[in-house]
Amino acid sequence: MLHLERVTLCVGVWRLTADWTLPAQGRVAVIGPSGGGKSTLLQAVAGFLAPAQGRILWQGRDLADIVPGQRPVSMLFQDQNLFPHLTIARNLALGLDPRLRLGADGWSRVDAVLARVGLAGLGDRRPSELSGGQQGRAALARALLSARPLLLLDEPFAALGPALKAEMMVLVSEVVNETAATLMMVTHDPDDARRYASDTILVADGIAASPVPTAALFADPPPSLRAYLGTP
Amino acid sequence: MAKRPVPVAAFGVALVLVALTLGTAVVVLVQGQGLRLAAADAAAVRFTVLQAALSAAVSVLLAVPVARALARRRFWGREMLVTLLGAPFLLPVIVAVLGLLAVFGRSGVVNDLFADVGLPRISIYGLQGVVLAHVFLNLPLAVRMILQGWQSVPAERLRLAAALDLPPAIVFRHVEWPMLRHVVPGALATILAICLTSFAVALVLGGGPAATTVELAIYQALRFDYNLGHAASLAAVQFALCAVTALMAWHLASGTGFGAGLDRGYRLAPGGWRRSGDAAVIVLAAGFLLLPLGMIIWRGLAGLSEIPAAVWPAALQSLLIALPSAGFATVAALTLALAVARGGSRVLDLAAILPLATSGLVLGTGLFLLVQPWVAVTRVAFPVTLLVNMALSLPFVYRLILPQAQTLHRDYDRLASALHLSGATRLLLVTLPRLARPLGFGAGLAAALSLGDLGVITLFAGDTQATLPLVIQRLMGAYRMEAAAGASLVLVVLTFAVFALCDWGGRHAAS
Repeated sequence: MLHLERVTLCVGVWRLTADWTLPAQGRVAVIGPSGGGKSTLLQAVAGFLAPAQGRILWQGRDLADIVPGQRPVSMLFQDQNLFPHLTIARNLALGLDPRLRLGADGWSRVDAVLARVGLAGLGDRRPSELSGGQQGRAALARALLSARPLLLLDEPFAALGPALKAEMMVLVSEVVNETAATLMMVTHDPDDARRYASDTILVADGIAASPVPTAALFADPPPSLRAYLGTP
Repeated sequence: MAKRPVPVAAFGVALVLVALTLGTAVVVLVQGQGLRLAAADAAAVRFTVLQAALSAAVSVLLAVPVARALARRRFWGREMLVTLLGAPFLLPVIVAVLGLLAVFGRSGVVNDLFADVGLPRISIYGLQGVVLAHVFLNLPLAVRMILQGWQSVPAERLRLAAALDLPPAIVFRHVEWPMLRHVVPGALATILAICLTSFAVALVLGGGPAATTVELAIYQALRFDYNLGHAASLAAVQFALCAVTALMAWHLASGTGFGAGLDRGYRLAPGGWRRSGDAAVIVLAAGFLLLPLGMIIWRGLAGLSEIPAAVWPAALQSLLIALPSAGFATVAALTLALAVARGGSRVLDLAAILPLATSGLVLGTGLFLLVQPWVAVTRVAFPVTLLVNMALSLPFVYRLILPQAQTLHRDYDRLASALHLSGATRLLLVTLPRLARPLGFGAGLAAALSLGDLGVITLFAGDTQATLPLVIQRLMGAYRMEAAAGASLVLVVLTFAVFALCDWGGRHAAS
């Protein structure tokens, strides 16, 4: 499980506090107004921003001294999830070994995962030769390969149309199931939260609130969520 | 996560650069104590500043109409012309001077024409010759810097001006003048800084009490008078001049002028007399720049049979200096650029551009004073030349790499960290492939500058030692012009071949 113990994040004079625990294999949406700190929260868990105060623990272990690449985390950013000069297969292989020293066994795993996400035969292409949806699939395929226990999505599918996004979220659910991962996904769409997340963290007014069951949260929204949703 | 520490290597490189530039400056300051300067030295300072100021002013003044014509006209061969405009920057200075002599010299094309129509012959020596050569060498740089300014003017603004049918004077005042006011000071300061350190041009076209630059005076004090104290005094003066100008140029200039885009948006171009005017400007500028290049090839081909045997070992020696020098400069520039892109200390950025604040002969004098008590200077002639060339080309390579290194960091540092790409793996898989283009271009530029350099080698070389530019200069000194032309062609082919190969290598690796 992921535990944020009296954490304060600072960027300049801006601050965000969090103090809660996520159950293992939970599926949690992170919702709130833009600029509220949703991405910052994920960045801290992924290790790109050190907490000014408090500790971030995974299975009871403090992550402070662990660099991003060695945390139990796969993260999909809003963009730039693939290196444009490497083929799709090599981009995926980075999830198995950053040095790309893969045996025949490793490369066949890469092929298998490509087929699994519907990109069979496209391993030799460059990212620019793929559609936006296919690029999203490739990035998810790498998360599937590296099989880290925590999957963080920072709105990687925001640029896709509704149908394509729904398709991606189905794939995300499958990846999370297959790797028994815990999912934290940033979204600004309440429907995404209702559909894909059992619990939701509301990030507003400098506080990342404790996760609460999504249905209950939307049934009786607190004032800051009301303001965000535009409901009276 | 704590920020990854800036690698020790970057600080090591910075330390070497600081030691080399400021260290030699301190040496000349200490040795030149009392600044024993004669009246001739004051004249040299005056001449240096005068010729540099004139060269910068004329280059920029001529560059404005040329850049405007190139910015708003589209014609067959335009892109090739803009590319060719980069050539004089790569051209070895001694070769450029030879080309100018073939056109404007005593028995050059222009004087023959003048004689035919009964006009008096003009002289290319002295102030006018030095300024002419500097304009030839720097006009292209000025054009490229100002062309970038023109291309940065939003097309919408010009379209609006055209829609309102504003007269040219009004367009100039509201659209072009504000841009020029922003770009021209940088171009002026950059060319001023380059011309202050001019040595090879003054060596051939200047000289005598009326036309000696400080750089040339240093050479004469060391080489002919063997007066170390006097040379050190002059070097101290030169360092002060360069440092002030370099600081000014650094402050004022934003771009290098190398990356001028070719076709960013089509411009509405006025017709009528302004069309013919632009055409005339382009033809004149192209003629001024291309005629000497053509003469170098023409006379060079004719002189190939006259080439003395000494050219070939000298060519090999030049390559043995230029290739490692370019290699070291590129590695050092990459090390610094990566550290600065990652948010490293400002000190590193400053160290990378520090060599601009000195000159070849100041560095040379400092090193001369340092090694001379211990070993015969001729024994270290080649290593010292290699070191100085590396230092002098590094700022250019650094400025080429830095913007791309910053983009790389911004776009892919997170992803690379998330995938735990580090050290050699990150360098091989991400950094080198993504930066191959500027690295290849920068290495080619450094190699070309080093191959064509005629500066510090003149202080150190013994009679039996020579790089190819030095051989050419000696041939010219002995009035063996055919042989010099032949050797120049060899040097030009070598320079452009090495540059093109590096540049091609970078492009090839990137695609």
